[in-house]
Amino acid sequence: MAMFKNRDPSWNAPEVSQSFLGDVLQLSCAALFLLAIVVPPAQGVWPLPQNLTSSAERYSLSPREFNFLYDKGSAVQPGCTILDTAFKRYFRIAFSGYSGGKPLTGNEKSGCVSPGGSSCGSAPLRALVVNVQKGGCDGFPDLNSKEDYKLSIADGLGSLSAVSVWGALRGLETFSQLVYQDQEVTYYINKTDVVDFPRFAHRGLLLDTSRHYLPVRSILETLDAMAYNKFNVFHWHIVDDPSFPYQSPTFPNLSSKGAFHPQTHIYTMTDIKRVIEHARLWGIRVIPEFDTPGHTESWGKGQPGLLTTCYKGSVPSGTFGPVNPMLNTSYQFMSKLFDEISSVFPDSYLHLGGDEVSFTCWKSNPDIQQFMKKMGFGTNYRKLESFYIENLVKIVTALNKNSIVWQEVFDNAVKVPADTVVHVWKGSKKQYSQEMSSVTAGGFKVLLSAPWYLNAIRYGQDWKNAYKVEPLGFNGTAEQKKLVMGGEACMWGEYVDATNLTPRLWPRAGAVGERLWSDEAQTSNVDTAYNRLAEFRCRLLRRGIRAQPLFVGYCDHEYEGI
Amino acid sequence: MAVMNLAVLLLAASVCFCSRHKSEKVPKLVNSQYGSLWPLPQSAQISVTAFQLSRSGFQIVHAPKSSAGPRCYLLGEAFRRYFEYIFGYSKRQNKDRKQSGAGAEVSELQVLITSSAPQCDGYPSVSSDESYQLTVDQPTAVLTAPEVWGALRGLETFSQLVYKDEYGTLHINRSEIKDFPRFNHRGILMDSSRHFLPLKVILANLDAMAMNKYNVFHWHIVDDQSFPYQSPLFPELSKKGSYHPYTHVYTPTDVKMVIEFARMRGIRVISEFDTPGHTQSWGLGQKGLLTPCYSGEKPSGTFGPVNPILNSTYDFMTQFFKEVSSVFPEAYIHLGGDEVDFSCWKSNPDIQKFMEQQGFGSDYSKLESYYIQRILDIVTGTRKGYMVWQEVFDNGVKLKPDTVVEVWMGNTLEEELQKVTSAGYTTILSAPWYLDYISYGQDWQKYYKVEPLTFNGTDTQKKLVIGGEACLWGEFVDATNLTPRLWPRASAVAERLWSDKDVRDIDDAYSRLSQHRCRMVQRGIPAEPLFVGHCDYEYGGL
Repeated sequence: MAMFKNRDPSWNAPEVSQSFLGDVLQLSCAALFLLAIVVPPAQGVWPLPQNLTSSAERYSLSPREFNFLYDKGSAVQPGCTILDTAFKRYFRIAFSGYSGGKPLTGNEKSGCVSPGGSSCGSAPLRALVVNVQKGGCDGFPDLNSKEDYKLSIADGLGSLSAVSVWGALRGLETFSQLVYQDQEVTYYINKTDVVDFPRFAHRGLLLDTSRHYLPVRSILETLDAMAYNKFNVFHWHIVDDPSFPYQSPTFPNLSSKGAFHPQTHIYTMTDIKRVIEHARLWGIRVIPEFDTPGHTESWGKGQPGLLTTCYKGSVPSGTFGPVNPMLNTSYQFMSKLFDEISSVFPDSYLHLGGDEVSFTCWKSNPDIQQFMKKMGFGTNYRKLESFYIENLVKIVTALNKNSIVWQEVFDNAVKVPADTVVHVWKGSKKQYSQEMSSVTAGGFKVLLSAPWYLNAIRYGQDWKNAYKVEPLGFNGTAEQKKLVMGGEACMWGEYVDATNLTPRLWPRAGAVGERLWSDEAQTSNVDTAYNRLAEFRCRLLRRGIRAQPLFVGYCDHEYEGI
Repeated sequence: MAVMNLAVLLLAASVCFCSRHKSEKVPKLVNSQYGSLWPLPQSAQISVTAFQLSRSGFQIVHAPKSSAGPRCYLLGEAFRRYFEYIFGYSKRQNKDRKQSGAGAEVSELQVLITSSAPQCDGYPSVSSDESYQLTVDQPTAVLTAPEVWGALRGLETFSQLVYKDEYGTLHINRSEIKDFPRFNHRGILMDSSRHFLPLKVILANLDAMAMNKYNVFHWHIVDDQSFPYQSPLFPELSKKGSYHPYTHVYTPTDVKMVIEFARMRGIRVISEFDTPGHTQSWGLGQKGLLTPCYSGEKPSGTFGPVNPILNSTYDFMTQFFKEVSSVFPEAYIHLGGDEVDFSCWKSNPDIQKFMEQQGFGSDYSKLESYYIQRILDIVTGTRKGYMVWQEVFDNGVKLKPDTVVEVWMGNTLEEELQKVTSAGYTTILSAPWYLDYISYGQDWQKYYKVEPLTFNGTDTQKKLVIGGEACLWGEFVDATNLTPRLWPRASAVAERLWSDKDVRDIDDAYSRLSQHRCRMVQRGIPAEPLFVGHCDYEYGGL
């Protein structure tokens, strides 16, 4: 039956070599919480801060007294939408489990619950005082946003300082993870110093709302969990072959004909605004992907004439291929659509796709053949693809947006502006490393996703594979490595919808979150990461995120839904 | 099969995802003549004539001649449940909706139980009659079954025949269905030791099991990692051995609730108390039960399997299984008996001495058999039958003729089935259906294509295969991901175990199963998608 000891072929970590209950218990979060009384609990922060020191000295926090405050010298003050809402949110998160009960008793106030002794008599922490150097609470995060922060908990004083509100958000998250509960009664935080900043500026997660429609609630919940993992980019693969849920005011037929259902399976402007605003409040950018010229079957339903007519012999076969690249009407349509998209989505980047273009339909079409001749492309359909992409990039550049494209666009030597970002998604470690090398040698900025296709599930602790990836592990100069902006975890939607999205994403995506945020040298050990991640997963549960287990064990508060 | 192929599969998976959207062969969606029926009945004739049903003009009632009546609470509850399944999502339907000219209506489903002992208050068993006949006509549809167990299956089928048209009106076609299960034992194993499963999750999955005509919940309730079963006789077992003595235990009330909830759905609850291995958590609350392991000449501080040489062990087991046999009304108890690691026994000088005394030489499987034999005798004394994992049979332990041997090792599946049945024992197979082994893509097809009776053997031998179980071991599964991981993958197994062996058309199955999974979603079960597509009502319970 269970083959407990040898059932997990993917795993050879020391935990499994012994199957003692005691060892297993150590893996569990509750045991870690108990340990935390003796050992500083700060090791539980996920992703690991760049610099963190803490001691056993600790301060109690009372939900009836505790406050988030703006420092007098802070450039932002009450009324700052980002921080006002963040304070409210993080109060609830830091004191999860608090139900507004009775005032603390004298005993608990003294903080002398543990026999450890060292913590006794220290003052309570009454406030976290936040200082932001630069104003700006109504804007959107972007690639250059400063996410650095400093957090100090000492002498009963908590202070958080950051250049921008975006850094303050990251610091609040860290703060909330430092708070723990002793015996389910009193909240504590240890004396701690954190100086933190992200290793990579672009830390993204891709959701695919075309292969399955994801209700807005699923997306918002994912954004919450992203913030807990310090992700800062939501790559919204919003449309694709199977369905077109984006409701375009300019071209309403796209969704009324191309969505799974024109009313229940679409994203209205209101929905999209809600997603963007929710993301903004968490310091997350929303980058939409409108993938062309392939992956566009659903577009053709609401926009007749957009797609290439495929031929069988000398007659149209009734099926359609990629966007028709030889018609002016195609580009007129794209201009209008992308004009709309650029105003709907405030981020300065758009993802233009450009992957997996199948040439069979183009080849079958006599008009396309003629066009190829006219353009002198010979039989090289890559040139036709390039022709299309170049035109599209021109359109987008004229709209003052930067472009992100899948790696084929680079592989096919499309002429694109120098600041175009190439998104690497293909192949084995060797293959993607080679690709990273070539792309950066070409002077392009690059994003890595190839090792982080989280939809590709397998038995066991596959988070470890994601964790062990080294994004800068390719051959290249220091200059080349600077071109790596970060990466994205991808959750393609073939087998994923609202029923299984959340447990499939979390905590597996957390492995990518830490790889993109934390210092490489400090996070090279998967076994120590295991303990922190297992604890963090229990925190996610406590916050209402249906994160699945890493391995055997338990959380104090299990998920209570189905 | 599962074990051997796994390595290969993993290898393949790790090689590449050459295409971003690569997937296994995707079946074609066809317009199945059987609509959304799952598992497919043995015989179904569905005509094109459609009748309407309306919330205000339809009810499920006992047939006048039925041997079950208003005091049959099991059926009363089932009527209500299936009425809700059918109408629960169309509450705003206009009550005064005029019948369209041709719109003949089904206004009643009469349920006729024919046996003089309808089993309203009984427990389902391996020999329960689950057959039924369903005639859908207007104005009255009739469901006939010897016992309530068949009626439950028939109600599920009836509810699956109902569909909604473009205007939101419910319809059911004139139909004639004769149905019975191919195998009597159709089980799901859930593991509440590696991770604790809150009651709510267990109950929801019992609901889902009924939707798939499963009839056995194999409750792998305790194991090495934790002992959540709260024993009134030995309260220390869960107090010390569970993850938490209050929040991570099943109280006697909880267990009763599970059993009753399952009974109402025609599902047996077979508890598994696996010994002598897989018992680390037992040792925490029952000192002296486990074998002390030695490092050289001194105890190492760790423990191995149950100590088979002590009388106190058997005294404990006698009392414990006496309790278990009264807590669980089911006629069978699963005694485990798998994966016993001999290294600890080997290290222990007392055990070595015992081996000598008994003349076992250095064959520790003889010691294992010795233990198992005594446990089997103890359980026989409680008048229960038992199930065991295949090792018990493999080691030559003397078994009662009604023992059920569960075959779980994939690499020797066919030979094992052959051996077990030629020795005259009944058997169930779970080897091909370890659903905790996940992989990318449409693995339901793999489970679906299994044919349990391909092994070499006589007809008599094949009759000894009484079914199978889909196992969802708990190493990587808890309340957060259990339900979507189980459904609809376990549905594939359900059809294999219920329907005729010739029901194997993948396209037809895919088409029915896609709809069946949407129906489960609509009924509140977060069953994951088979592939790209959508449901009219997506899962809303995030």
